Amino acid sequence: MANSPATPGLAAGRLAPQAYQDNFTDLHPPLNDHEALVAADRCYFCHDAPCMDACPTTIDIPLFIRQIATGTPEAAATTILTQNILGGMCARVCPTETLCEEVCVREVAEGKPVTIGQLQRFATDKVMESHPFTRATPTGKTVAVVGAGPAGLSAAHRLAMHGHDVVLYDARAKAGGLNEFGIASYKSVDGFAAREVDWLLSIGGIEVKLGQALGNGLQLDELAKRYDAVFLGIGLTGVNALGCDGEDKDGVLDAVDFISDLRQADTLSTLPVGRRVVVIGGGMTAVDAAVQAKLLGAEDVALVYRRGRDRMNASRFEQDLAASKGVRIITHASPKAIHGNGAVVEIEFAYTQDGPGGLAETGETFRLKADQVMKAIGQTLGDANGLKLEGRKIAVNDTGRTSHTGIWAGGDCASGGDDLTVTAVAEGRDAAEDIHATLMGG
Amino acid sequence: MADLHSKFLGIESPNPFWLASAPPTDKEYNVRRAFEAGWGGVVWKTLGEAGPPIVNVSGPRYGAIFGADRRLLGLNNIELITDRPLEVNLEEITRVKRDYPDRAVIVSLMVPCEEEPWKKILREVELTGADGVELNFGCPHGMAERGMGSAVGQVPEYIEMVTGWVKKHSHLPCIVKLTPNISDIRLPAQAAKRGGADAVSLINTITSITSVNLDAMAPEPMIDGMGTHGGYCGPAVKPIALNMVSKIATDPETQGLPISGIGGVTTWRDAAEFMALGAGNVQVCTAAMTFGFKVVQEMISGLSQWMDEKGYTSTADFVGAAAPKATEWQHLNLDFVTKAVINQDDCIKCGRCYAACEDTSHQAIEMSDDRVFSVKDDECVACNLCVNVCPVEGCITMRTLDPGEVDERTGMVIPDDKRSWLEHPNNPSADPNMCITRGQ
Repeated sequence: MANSPATPGLAAGRLAPQAYQDNFTDLHPPLNDHEALVAADRCYFCHDAPCMDACPTTIDIPLFIRQIATGTPEAAATTILTQNILGGMCARVCPTETLCEEVCVREVAEGKPVTIGQLQRFATDKVMESHPFTRATPTGKTVAVVGAGPAGLSAAHRLAMHGHDVVLYDARAKAGGLNEFGIASYKSVDGFAAREVDWLLSIGGIEVKLGQALGNGLQLDELAKRYDAVFLGIGLTGVNALGCDGEDKDGVLDAVDFISDLRQADTLSTLPVGRRVVVIGGGMTAVDAAVQAKLLGAEDVALVYRRGRDRMNASRFEQDLAASKGVRIITHASPKAIHGNGAVVEIEFAYTQDGPGGLAETGETFRLKADQVMKAIGQTLGDANGLKLEGRKIAVNDTGRTSHTGIWAGGDCASGGDDLTVTAVAEGRDAAEDIHATLMGG
Repeated sequence: MADLHSKFLGIESPNPFWLASAPPTDKEYNVRRAFEAGWGGVVWKTLGEAGPPIVNVSGPRYGAIFGADRRLLGLNNIELITDRPLEVNLEEITRVKRDYPDRAVIVSLMVPCEEEPWKKILREVELTGADGVELNFGCPHGMAERGMGSAVGQVPEYIEMVTGWVKKHSHLPCIVKLTPNISDIRLPAQAAKRGGADAVSLINTITSITSVNLDAMAPEPMIDGMGTHGGYCGPAVKPIALNMVSKIATDPETQGLPISGIGGVTTWRDAAEFMALGAGNVQVCTAAMTFGFKVVQEMISGLSQWMDEKGYTSTADFVGAAAPKATEWQHLNLDFVTKAVINQDDCIKCGRCYAACEDTSHQAIEMSDDRVFSVKDDECVACNLCVNVCPVEGCITMRTLDPGEVDERTGMVIPDDKRSWLEHPNNPSADPNMCITRGQ
């Protein structure tokens, strides 16, 4: 008999084939030409626009929307991509509700912002068949970029555009970083991340070498000697542990691995998912994992966070999205122990409350039945390779310079900024500009 | 509820909203639908003389310009007068007027500038039972090339001559429809009056090219790769029409001559504005062509509500009420001072007022680091640009300085009396006895 959401334990194929297609389609379907014009007409072309300030890559949003409104979405795309070469992905994954759209004057006035993210997607989609930038005359300088995620791709493109020869390394078998492996499927459908990488690389001057990472075929000091400059966009490779009993039981996994497996799966119906899934954490990764577990057919999915909703890193929109898909959000609960004989059966939580000394357990506990537990309580930098740290990340200045001359870093691995795709793109771009200025300045 | 009943040249209609002579009034079918929808009257689409029917283009007849959300702001057309046989139109007019005796049915006419064709067609129109005629001296395209339409309207002597023939050969009330494609609208209006016209209607359409096809490199609407100028109408022409109506309403020679106001009337408010400047009623076309005949229901309810609010019991109570206040620049009070005020509760912080003032005006708006926008009274010349570019209606208003207050920009104390350019010390031709210095 076929599996259903109620099939106990881990099981694949809980849903009818069509349901997978429906569940994992575009979260926001692309705007058609008419919808884009209607949406663009709502923009007031603000002076010194708040949306522009709120964008980590400082895209000239009023200008690109006006370019859409006047029938030149290709020019709009150039405006976007000049600031943010991964504008296509950012249009899909940016938490616009806490960035540009949150400060849109029409959000403030009417509670209905101009749909900037969707307009950005409309414009950038128009140029994915061609590449609007060309390389400058080759400089003869070489730069190693380690990590082909948003920061590395952004840096590599900007460096290649300035005429430098870039070698882009990545540990995985595919470039793209979190765009390819770490984002909910319904935000990037039809292999967009891979298509965008191919499009980005089409500027030329970037050699991609996969399956190589620092400590696995690459040594930072050797790279620093061999290349005129090095940019590290290596992300966060460690995953925080719960630090409670039973964490090693079967069925306990890292949410990032679940998301990655899901993104890379050819056939979603072959992916096993629990009947009762508990996701621990309060960020975007937690929401992405919880929602997708539900969409894969889990009967019951709970997202448990140790503090209140207002402290969750996932935006209100993301929280509401989770709730609308049937995810139960439980707050003020901290994991105490995972129970089960070999495989997880249930998970025990302590209630918490905010007190003067910080978060404290109330003494009361409860248990949730679970056959799958996903940990999404943050990631950590792996090996710092001898670079100076700030907090738990590689210390960098405004333009990404590390403590080691000739080595820059950006994205999630580096200090400063939120761990967002768009922030990583900005940091990669700015570091590339600084590398360029440094190399050309002699 | 206010009575919208209208009597224009003695022609009764249940409301002052007539459909202008145009495509919506070309056929019995349309006119019946219009009357069922509530229109007070129609001016039947212009009839020409008997004979081979008019030939229209069979490609696009209209071009348009748009505002946000593709709202049609201006429409232009290259359609000619009715292309249906004269006798068919006359039969239909007769039937419609018989079935709708309470509605106004005016027949628009355009025949060559010879007395005999006018005499002949007037006789035929009289047999229909129509309430009056409107002389189409306005259409700027096609027929003008054949010596009719605006070709007549641009020559006051012709207007007077043809109007004279019409009055001589018919007892029907005669409305002369004026073209705006002239330098001074008062001259054709005066000519119409001299010719014996009972009223003028204006404006007819404005000569225009709405857009250029940048692929074909030809004006739109494009007919087999070529374009021609058309007649422009719709909301965009309202300001031009209002000014022309006011000029005729206030010109000593034409003052009191009834006016039927035409040009971009889209809402009850537009109609009220035309009437306030002196139009006895209004004629509508583009609004109906954009939204269908049902729009008249909003015009009826809106005008009625506004009249109730103002205490007007009939349209005659306010027709022309604003006309005397349309004056010449030289009579404006130069000691009248206002200052822009931004309501911070309504402000959505878009900064458009700031950009407009800082870049293109008087640098009179301040922007703080946290996007609070405020007016610098010592720089504000009260130009009103900020009011006009603000997307929130009523957010920025103009405050009038009271007598005794000081204009921080000029240091002038606001006087109790008025002073126009005619009394201003900077005017070399001003009467020195009337000049009073204000300490400026």
